[in-house]
Amino acid sequence: MAFALEITDLKKTYPGGVEALKGISFAVNEGDFYALLGPNGAGKSSTIGIIGSLVTKSSGKVKIFDIDTDGNNEQAKMMLGVVSQEINFSQFEKVIDIVVTQAGFYGISKSEALPRVESIFKRLGLWDKKDVQARTLSGGYKRRLMIAKALVHEPKLLILDEPTAGVDIELRREMWTFLKEINKNGTTIILTTHYLEEAEQLCRNIGIIDGGKIVANTGMKDLLGSLNVQGYVFDLDSPLSEAPEIEGFPLKLEDPLTLIAAVNKDRSINALFEKLSEKGIKVKSMRNESNRLEELFIEMVKK
Amino acid sequence: MKKNFSVSTALWTLTIKEIRRFLRIWVQTLVPPAVTMSLYFVIFGSLIGPRIGSMDGFDYIQFMIPGLIMLSVITNSYNNVVSSFYSVKFQKSIEELLISPMPNWVILLGFVLGGVARGILIGCIVFCVSLIFYPDFTVANPPLTILVLVLTAVLFSLMGFINAVFADSFDDISIIPTFILTPLIYLGGVFYSINILPDMWRNISMANPMLYVVNTFREGMLGVSDVSIYFALGMIFSFIGILTGSCLYLLNKGTGIRQ
Repeated sequence: MAFALEITDLKKTYPGGVEALKGISFAVNEGDFYALLGPNGAGKSSTIGIIGSLVTKSSGKVKIFDIDTDGNNEQAKMMLGVVSQEINFSQFEKVIDIVVTQAGFYGISKSEALPRVESIFKRLGLWDKKDVQARTLSGGYKRRLMIAKALVHEPKLLILDEPTAGVDIELRREMWTFLKEINKNGTTIILTTHYLEEAEQLCRNIGIIDGGKIVANTGMKDLLGSLNVQGYVFDLDSPLSEAPEIEGFPLKLEDPLTLIAAVNKDRSINALFEKLSEKGIKVKSMRNESNRLEELFIEMVKK
Repeated sequence: MKKNFSVSTALWTLTIKEIRRFLRIWVQTLVPPAVTMSLYFVIFGSLIGPRIGSMDGFDYIQFMIPGLIMLSVITNSYNNVVSSFYSVKFQKSIEELLISPMPNWVILLGFVLGGVARGILIGCIVFCVSLIFYPDFTVANPPLTILVLVLTAVLFSLMGFINAVFADSFDDISIIPTFILTPLIYLGGVFYSINILPDMWRNISMANPMLYVVNTFREGMLGVSDVSIYFALGMIFSFIGILTGSCLYLLNKGTGIRQ
C-alpha cells in the first residue's frame, strides 16, 4: 500500500538551540486515520509545520504520496490540506470570500470553487453564515471555517492540529462524524489532539511523540490491547460506609455512592457483579474509570 | 493522482484580494490623499504660489503638480504593501499563502500588483484634484509619464515588502515611512528645483534617490528635469532588479515568515 505521508529522520533545531525534533521517522498509510499524540512541546506542531511548509526543517525527508516536498513542492502541496491550531484567516472578510480566495490560491477559479464551497458549507453547517464577517463568528464556527478552508481544494491528505480545542461537546461530536465521513470517502487524516478519547474514537493507528522522538507507532487496537488492567466506576443504588473486600478485585470507595474497581484483563467482570450482588450491593450504572488511552499515554511519556 | 495548478488563477486571486482590501477601506486609503493634496494646492498653489512666481519657467502650482503626484504614489504604494503584508503576518493568514502551492514569485508579484494598483489609482485621483486648481495642465510626454508612474509604484511596493518582512510590530512599519521616506521625498524636489539651492546642498541632493524619481516624472509631465532622464531610468530599473532579487531571496529563505 502506498504511503500518504512518509517522514524519514526529520530534525528541527530552532535558532537558540532548542532541538524540537531529534530525527523522527514514521509513515501513514493511504486512507488511514492516524493520531499523532504527545504532550505540549513534544514536537507535534513542529512536525505539522514542516509538512505544511510553515517551518523550515533542519534535515530529513518528507514525502506526500511519494512526492518529495523538496523536489516538487507544488504537487505535494496540492495533495495536502492543513487545519492549523490557531485561527489563520483574515477576520475582516466575509466567510465565503475567505474560502473562495483560499481555493484561488490553489489555482481553482471562483466558478469552480463556488459549488464546492456550497457543498462543504452545507455539510459543516456554515451555509447560513456565508455572508457574515468572519470576526463575528463564534469559536465553534471559526473552527468549522478552518476545516472548510483546508478542504476546498479536495486534498488527499488532511492534517488537523487540535481541531476541536475549545469547542463544545455537541460540535465536537458533529466534527467527529464529519471527519469519519470524509475519511470513509478516501481522504487520509492525521489528527493531533489533547482529547485522547477523540483519538481513541476516530483513529486506527497512532504515533506518540515525546521530547522530539517517536516513542510509539502502532495500531490503536494493539496499543489498547497492551493494557492489563481496566478501571471501572460503579454508581451505587444505596450508600456504603466502606469499600467491600472481594478477593481478586481491588475496590476503592470514591464517595458513599461511587465504587471504583480495577479488573485484571484475565478476569471476567461478571464475576465481580456476582460477588457484589452476594453482598447486597446494587449497581445502578457503570462506566470506564478513565480513558484507556490516557493511561497508556501517561505511562509512555513518563518513561 | 497529480492535480494541475494554475499559476495565473492564483496570481489573479491574490491581486484581486489585495485590491479589494484597499478599496474596502477607501475612507482610510483613497480619501486622505485627495484631501491632503487639495490643501497643498490651496495653500502652496493658490495662496503662496503666486508670490513665489515661476519655477523653471512654469507657474509654481504647475511645477508642484508632478511632485505631489509622485509624493502620493510613493507613500501609498509603499504603505499598501507594508501594511497589508505585515497584517497578513500578524493575523497569521500568511499560513494560507505558505501552505498553498503558490511559488514565492507569485506571492511577491501579487502584493506588488496590489501596491501598484493603489499607487496608480491615487496618482490619478491627485491628478484629477490638480485639474480643479489648474485646469489648463497638459502632459508633455504621456508614455514617459505612465512608465515612470508604474516603475515608481513597483519600486516602492518592493521597498514596502522588505520593510514588512523584517517588521515585528506595528511600530516597525511606520518608522521607515516617517523618518526616512517622507524626509527624502520632501527634500527630493517635490516643491522646488534643486537649481535654486546653493552648490553644496545641490550636490548633497544629487545623492537622494527620490530626486531621480520626482524629476523623471516631472520630465514626463512638464518636459523639464534637473537630472539626466536616461541615468534616472537606469537607476530606477537597477533598484527594481536589486529589490526584486532581495525580496525573492528573503521569501525563499523564509525570513520573518517561517520559523
